Amino acid sequence: MYPEAFSYHAPSTVEEALALLERHGDDAKLLAGGHSLLPAMKLRLSGPTHIIDMKHLRGSLDYIRDEGDDVAIGALTTHRSLERSELLRGKLPVLAETAGCIGDMQVRNLGTLGGSVAHADPAGDLPAAVLALDAVLVAQGSGGTRTIAAGEFFHGFFETALEAGEILIELRIPTLAAGSGSSYQKFFHPASGYAVCGAAAVITPDASGNVASCRVALTGVSEGAYRATAVEEALVGKPFSEELAAAAAEHAADGIEPLEDYFADATYRGHLAKTFVKRALLTAWERSG
Amino acid sequence: MAKYVGARQKRVEDPRLITGNARYLEDVQLPGMLHAAVLRSPYAHARIDSIDTSAASRLPGVVAVFTGQDFADLNPLPCAWQAGGVTNNANTPRVLEIDKVTHTGMGIAVVVAEDRYAAEDALAHIEVAYSVLPTVVDAKKATEAGAPQLHENAPDNICMTWECGDQDGTDRALGASDVVIREHLTNQRLIPTAMEPRGAIGSYDPGTEEYTVWMTSQAPHVMRLLMTAFVMGIPETKMRCLSPQVGGAFGSKIFLYPEYPMVAVLAQKLGRPVKWTESRQENYIATTHGRDHQTDFEVGALRDGTITALKVTTYANLGGTLSTIAPGIPTSLYGSMLSGTYKIPHLHCQVYGVYTNTAMVDAYRGAGRPEATFVIERAVDLVARELNLDPAEVRRKNFIQPEDFPYEPASNLLNGLAYDSGEYEKALERALEQVGYREFRQEQQEARQQGRYLGIGLSSYVEICGVAPSKWVGLPGEGWGAGLWESANVRVHLTGKTVVTTGSQSHGQGLETTMAQVVADELGIPIEDIEVKHSDTMSTPFGYGTYGSRSAAVGTIALYNSVQRIKEKARKLGAHMLEASEEDVVYQDGNVFVKGSPEQAKTIQEIAGAAAVAYDLPAGMEPFLDDTAYYDPPNCTYPFGTHICIVEVDTDTGRVEIKRYLSVDDCGPVINPLIADGQVQGGITQGIAQALYEFAAYDDSGQLLTASMMDYAIPKAEHLPHFENSHTVTPSPVNPMGIKGIGEAGTIASAPAVVNAVVDALSPFGIRDINMPLTPQAVWRAIQEAGR
Amino acid sequence: MADRVIVNTSINGEEATLLCEPRQTLLEVLREGLRLTGTKEGCSNGNCGACNVLLDGVLVNSCLVLAVEAEGRSVTTIEGIALPEGLHPLQQKFLEHAALQCGICTPGFIISAKALLEENPSPTEEEVRFWLAGNLCRCTGYDKIVRAVLDTAEAAPSVGSFGGETP
Repeated sequence: MYPEAFSYHAPSTVEEALALLERHGDDAKLLAGGHSLLPAMKLRLSGPTHIIDMKHLRGSLDYIRDEGDDVAIGALTTHRSLERSELLRGKLPVLAETAGCIGDMQVRNLGTLGGSVAHADPAGDLPAAVLALDAVLVAQGSGGTRTIAAGEFFHGFFETALEAGEILIELRIPTLAAGSGSSYQKFFHPASGYAVCGAAAVITPDASGNVASCRVALTGVSEGAYRATAVEEALVGKPFSEELAAAAAEHAADGIEPLEDYFADATYRGHLAKTFVKRALLTAWERSG
Repeated sequence: MAKYVGARQKRVEDPRLITGNARYLEDVQLPGMLHAAVLRSPYAHARIDSIDTSAASRLPGVVAVFTGQDFADLNPLPCAWQAGGVTNNANTPRVLEIDKVTHTGMGIAVVVAEDRYAAEDALAHIEVAYSVLPTVVDAKKATEAGAPQLHENAPDNICMTWECGDQDGTDRALGASDVVIREHLTNQRLIPTAMEPRGAIGSYDPGTEEYTVWMTSQAPHVMRLLMTAFVMGIPETKMRCLSPQVGGAFGSKIFLYPEYPMVAVLAQKLGRPVKWTESRQENYIATTHGRDHQTDFEVGALRDGTITALKVTTYANLGGTLSTIAPGIPTSLYGSMLSGTYKIPHLHCQVYGVYTNTAMVDAYRGAGRPEATFVIERAVDLVARELNLDPAEVRRKNFIQPEDFPYEPASNLLNGLAYDSGEYEKALERALEQVGYREFRQEQQEARQQGRYLGIGLSSYVEICGVAPSKWVGLPGEGWGAGLWESANVRVHLTGKTVVTTGSQSHGQGLETTMAQVVADELGIPIEDIEVKHSDTMSTPFGYGTYGSRSAAVGTIALYNSVQRIKEKARKLGAHMLEASEEDVVYQDGNVFVKGSPEQAKTIQEIAGAAAVAYDLPAGMEPFLDDTAYYDPPNCTYPFGTHICIVEVDTDTGRVEIKRYLSVDDCGPVINPLIADGQVQGGITQGIAQALYEFAAYDDSGQLLTASMMDYAIPKAEHLPHFENSHTVTPSPVNPMGIKGIGEAGTIASAPAVVNAVVDALSPFGIRDINMPLTPQAVWRAIQEAGR
Repeated sequence: MADRVIVNTSINGEEATLLCEPRQTLLEVLREGLRLTGTKEGCSNGNCGACNVLLDGVLVNSCLVLAVEAEGRSVTTIEGIALPEGLHPLQQKFLEHAALQCGICTPGFIISAKALLEENPSPTEEEVRFWLAGNLCRCTGYDKIVRAVLDTAEAAPSVGSFGGETP
């Protein structure tokens, strides 16, 4: 259980890190919290010969800032910081709630938002919240920065829209419309603490008790986190009720072939998707208004 | 007067453990030590066509690379306990396999290097050509026509076919029963997962030709015997084995593993100490697993709930080769306990021990008895359900009564032994009262009206422990390859400070404390004056080690007997010192005095000093207070009790939450409640784990899917309730302290209590059984299928 | 050995200079380089918590922190948590409750519980159990550990009274 030998780099700026990435290409990996990368290296599933430690970038990429319409979060912000942030608890509570469900305390203390999102583990928690919050992801490459909508970011098993040589540096998350409610409901794998199924929901009611808008996203169910648009469509414009939520949640895995493993087969995962979407919807609605 | 025994004495082990000062195997560093890494087969069934180690040998830091051919002069590891009275088609691992592997993780080659990094790096540079063979991982399928054959000497992959009880009588009794209930039970494969992985360090002194092997072992004396006499063919006296602080074992560290003789031989070949420690991944694939039974049973009963007969057929998966005592577990320790706490007039059990392309299966906490208890405790609940009786009532109706002891289970199930003592109903009634059984049934009804599913499960168990009378284990029907007595030596030094050495081995049980408590009370000296030493073959008397809940009921009794002889000698010497007649003096609380004149006493410290300087001893008395006892118990002991579990099932997800867990255990007199409760709680947790969380999953090609702590779900603090533990005390007549043993009781009792509770919760759905583990998916599916 | 790097760090309040390979974890360097073997390896993969230490006061799995990441930071191990006057209150309560058996997970639990009580001096039982999710024990069933932590909190409920080195 030892990684293969590698050269270690600890750049002081994003630009230096980008230069290292460019120089070493596929032989290099960025080290953020390390809780996915180092286990993979120890199991020799991954064998980078260059490790680019982001630790000196914490000064510039670890922040949670209120920017009016958006909250800007640096990619190196830890799960624990997200969980404990008063700003997030007030403005984007589902993000704090989701971060508080990740792994265990030791993981949350070191794991980072950017690391988790860029790693795109199909059972990771944060991708669901990032999708449900309609975040904008900011990537920096040698040619400058670009933004990627959350809906365009996740491409299945550990795949994202990030190009080789790019670093995810920030997430910009629009603050929720007034009166919105949100929730993340998760079925924990008893060993790993990953999501066997995780459902994030954001609902905004209108004055008459109808669903004005809503976003629902799932993780753990498919090869990557996804927006359950059929659930959303079944809700919008209608008066919210438990029956409506249940009926909408039936669409949680529409068009999805649920993952299958020794712990949960496709049928059961599909069922969990519906169950947890329903729970997320009910809780989000309860918290709205 | 008992000052220590029975008290909540703090553990003497703990100061070193809570400060990080305990020295486990991984903490041992020897000068010049090399590090070994083992190349393991990625295939579950394959021929090894060729191995090329040349590239690996040339890497920097690598000292040597060896393959199975280099150890060809060593014998395969022995299988020391075979199923009794029948042919065992035994196949055991070699130190490194030469021609063939029958499960993933078998050792193929070993790299020895200056550090562990270089050793592990080199593994990737060993070229092995395999011819991959078809695989079978399921024990029942392995016996069917056309299944891949693992070993030439084991047709249909059957290692052994064993039976106990009375088949004809059982069949007749089933035929005459009012009802016969048939069920199939899975007792799934578990992985012991001690928090400390295994390891070993070998060193060799060419001057004396002596080996020293440090290892993570529950039985260092037995390891020495097996390594020297059976594998290496050298005198037993040429090896010293030490098992330092051991970080949990649960049975998995009883056995001889290939790496132990390997490091000894490597140290001799290379002239430097060699250390090997397994990774967690190796621990999952290459250390033994437990359980893995598939069982069909028939239980007969009369309308009033009287059980008439139990007939059991079990396929026991033994893995790709046999571990040290593998065939003994599903036979002697399983079939013999199927009568449970009940007077069942006719019993029969047939066991097939089967090879499959999976890791070796051997004793895991409880070892055979959890499997037996699971069968009988599920059977009793099924009888109750079929006859619409209360499960507590069916238990009461069939219990062996206090006046029935010694009780020999019917059909000679126990091969001549008899349960020692018990008050089964008392434990049940106390548990029912504590849990508020009647009130719970009311609460359950109310909850159901709100769509909440609560359930209660009982388990009234008896186990066999304090193994074992050597005369019994030597019977043809038992098949153990050794005696099972235990040893102790007590030396009271010149100043009265006392050293106790034992053949038992403590790896979490707190034996250094409990044994010291017994000696302190018996000798009448402060506990601080006693050192209990174990686990070094050079300084302790030969003993069989710690497993089978035997170190209180056997190891501690050896100690107790030794202290009695020390006391008698001290009494005689004290009489001499007091110039009194031997008949007139007594030994009491560390003092020897003439009856009625305690003020004129000689203390044990004074007597020990006199014995040690030996200026003036009675005629014929040898110097020093030193005694070694070998205690061979006349019977095993039979702890019992009732456990009750209350659960709530989330029928949307199938998730089970344990609301309450309560135990009433009877292990005879409790030496230390602080320690006994810990043993019970840890044991219960491993049974809850089996019921709800843990299972080893293999795919069809023999790859273990649950080979990490990310996948194999050992329970966390948040998965478990607060435990409510209490005891009844029914002394065992087997030994002078009345002790029965407590190490495995929790594990034996708890899985059926949990499963019975879940099935009870789901009875409105018509569910009568769900196979373990009751994962959310399994429970949810059962509800779906019942609803159809 | 591959290239080595020098790491300047503070271990249990004392400056330490380490020479290590980049691939070596903090756990390995503590145990093998500094012979601080109280920190244990149970899985080497961030699952069991036996290797827990405080890094700048934050609870981490030292098996998933590279030694080079400890440059300029302070590390607290089980060897460093006792108080000048004797055992840390948590150690005392673990002793009183016999909240351990084989002991190999115990240093990790004590470190983890120390981090909990420093953040939340009077946790509920549920909070204790949730916080300890990253620490696995195979022997005790956790109940005595949970009692020991709750009892420590009850005995010394004020913030900062848990002593040891805090950042």
